[in-house]
Amino acid sequence: MSSEHVDEISGVTTTGHEWDGITELNNPLPRWWVITFYVTIAWALAYTIAYPAWPMLSSATKGALGFSSRNDVKNEMAAAEAAKAKYVAAIQSKTVSEIAADDTLREFAVAAGGAAFKVNCVQCHGSGAQGSTDFPNLNDDDWLWGGKTEQIQQTVTHGIRFAPDADTRQSEMPAFADVLKLDQIAQVSAFVASLSGPVRDMSLIEPGAKVFADNCAACHGENAKGNRDLGAPDLTDAIWLHGSGEAAIASQVRDPKNGVMPAWVGRLGETTVKELAVYVHSLGGGE
Amino acid sequence: MPGLDLLLPIQFDLHQRAARERCKTAGERRRRWPRLEIVVLDQAQVERLDAEAVNSAKTRSPLYAARKKIFPKRASGRFRQFKWLVMAITLGIYYLTPWLRWDRGPFAPDQAVLVDLANHRFYFFFIEIWPQEFYYVAGLLMMAGVGLFLITSTVGRAWCGYTCPQTVWVDLFLVVERAIEGDRNARMKLDGAPWSARKLFLRITKHAVWLVIAVATGGAWIFYFADAPKLLGEVVTGTAAAVAYITIAVLTGTTYVFGGLMREQVCTYMCPWPRIQAAMLDENSLTVTYNDWRGEPRSRHAKKASAAGQSVGDCVDCNACVAVCPMGIDIRDGQQLECITCALCIDACDSVMDKLGRDRGLISYATLADYNANMAMATSGGTGPVNPAVVRTPSGAFADGLAHFHLGKIFRLRTYIYLGVWSAIGLALVYSLLTRDRLELNVLHDRNPQFVTLSDGSIRNGYTVKLLNMIPEPRTIEVTLEGLDGGEMSIVGIDQPASRSFAIPVEPDRLKTLKIFVRQPADQIRKPAQGFEFRIDDKASSETAEYTAIFNAPENSR
Repeated sequence: MSSEHVDEISGVTTTGHEWDGITELNNPLPRWWVITFYVTIAWALAYTIAYPAWPMLSSATKGALGFSSRNDVKNEMAAAEAAKAKYVAAIQSKTVSEIAADDTLREFAVAAGGAAFKVNCVQCHGSGAQGSTDFPNLNDDDWLWGGKTEQIQQTVTHGIRFAPDADTRQSEMPAFADVLKLDQIAQVSAFVASLSGPVRDMSLIEPGAKVFADNCAACHGENAKGNRDLGAPDLTDAIWLHGSGEAAIASQVRDPKNGVMPAWVGRLGETTVKELAVYVHSLGGGE
Repeated sequence: MPGLDLLLPIQFDLHQRAARERCKTAGERRRRWPRLEIVVLDQAQVERLDAEAVNSAKTRSPLYAARKKIFPKRASGRFRQFKWLVMAITLGIYYLTPWLRWDRGPFAPDQAVLVDLANHRFYFFFIEIWPQEFYYVAGLLMMAGVGLFLITSTVGRAWCGYTCPQTVWVDLFLVVERAIEGDRNARMKLDGAPWSARKLFLRITKHAVWLVIAVATGGAWIFYFADAPKLLGEVVTGTAAAVAYITIAVLTGTTYVFGGLMREQVCTYMCPWPRIQAAMLDENSLTVTYNDWRGEPRSRHAKKASAAGQSVGDCVDCNACVAVCPMGIDIRDGQQLECITCALCIDACDSVMDKLGRDRGLISYATLADYNANMAMATSGGTGPVNPAVVRTPSGAFADGLAHFHLGKIFRLRTYIYLGVWSAIGLALVYSLLTRDRLELNVLHDRNPQFVTLSDGSIRNGYTVKLLNMIPEPRTIEVTLEGLDGGEMSIVGIDQPASRSFAIPVEPDRLKTLKIFVRQPADQIRKPAQGFEFRIDDKASSETAEYTAIFNAPENSR
């Protein structure tokens, strides 16, 4: 340090730099400050020994404390499982309607079922369970196979028209293309459409009612209110799985679609199926 | 680089040895150092360069320096009295506050001041703050900030000198030190003395008492975060949470190290405020000032000097101001970064002036403007040294025209602006506190799906409704639907027929989340998006809250 740069007031040498007339005094650092600085370096070194740090050829050093973020996650997951255990055990031992009646259990089941729904069910039923044409909306109050928690549980467990499951819900809308003439199909379609809304040609309704009584009432009922034992839909309401209107109805009479829902119990287990049933029931249409 | 410093003594040693060699006889030298002769011979022809080794011992200054111990002498006087009072109040507030009780009924804790992190509540006497009301704390912090501006611009670093925890605890630790080791001289003597049983005993006692205070300080902190009596029991029996012990340990460490060992180093090197305050002070702010316009020329032999016809100032250079300074500085060097304006030097100087029968205030709180005016007068506009004859009349009284401090000087536009902003924030907070709602309603409309068509053609929308009962008493809240012709609600988990009004019991001081389905018949739907209100009432207190929500329907449902 050249003695040329000495601050007049303090008599301390400066670093020799100047910024807009401001110079920096070159006072000695406090000793504790220097010691603290070296301690931080020592700490950093010790840290790299204690924790995984130094990159080696194939992996990094493991660290003396054996820390690993994977283990942390594993422990956190285990802790979460342990925290859930009480509720899961209760869900295992109770029926779905008991679960739905218990505020705490219902809340838990709705959360867990909601998570399972987002992984397994949204592909067909939609992320809001709102369904789409050919895929039922689970929010509404119209149920083909019943909207009580137990009935929903049964549907989720064994599926619908799912051949590999012996207990699956079984029914089939037959194709009437070869049974009924074209004008009969038009008549019955007009009759069915008239049950829930206006139709274009009122003259078709009367013959349509006759065709319905002869061919459809066996499953859909005399009053067309459907039959849940057979999964036969109520034809008088505002909800149409395969589309509303005479044309959609005629199509379904001629060459019906019969959707399949897989059985889920084998894949998800009973507990998750119960949670799903409670979740679906909670969406607003549950009975 | 301390490594280089360690080498320094070795270099010195080599240097001295070389010097000794040169002192030997010329013959001997020639035998030993034949080449040296050549250099000497050639000296006449060689130009001497103006160069110097960069690490020459002459210019080398130490790169780091050990702390110089300070042994502040006990002061007594007005400011010391005031500081005792402030210390008692601040320490009292800190240690005792968690133990104050405040009855809030059976559904809330009875601790007057409690930061309940687990339940997200902050209690302050009659005020209870929920997390979403944190702006009250933000407001208090703004008031603290503006308040610091106000205080600093008027009375300078009063925060540093009187109320800063660092100052208060160092003062407390000094009380302990003085009680055990004696006042300044005894402490200096003890420090210089070789180790003995007595010195060991005194030192151990001092540090033990400091540690006890430090533990109590760390311990008091945790009581703000849990029920104090219960937590004390848990801490003593070893059943408290680990975080409690860690907090105590950390605060014990910082209190002991900062208050006992580092003291003024914290203010000088660690604290940003001494730097910031330079921007906060102006020429009308009070600072502790050595009035050299009346003190200089200082003399230890004032009588002799006056007798010899020399004019002398009031300062008798007794160094009392330096001895009492907890920062170890000399206030007579002028305003400096290290000065925390604790005013103990004023007390020390005043007592000396009293003894000498001179006016108090040689060291005093003064504004820079007054000081500059008086200095200009004493030095005849800076043309010469301080001339005591100018500031004193022959009778010894102060000359006319000297500026003296009076309270009016600190009230100026800047002060009023700070005061105004500070009060405005305070009033806004008080107003908002007095008129705030203790019953609130938040509504979240389901977006997926926005609406559901039901089998009878009616349309249903779902809402997540949160009822906030912000008082520690159970309430029955009536949730009502307003508007939306023919609309009815049903609530998940409440087994009642659809209705336009529900009575919902809400737990004390809790939020209740409801899943509400609103349903409107198809023939009464007027447009795809209709506004309506959720209204909640507490019949008992006639508190209400409303939320305007939207009811969505498909375009073709009309």
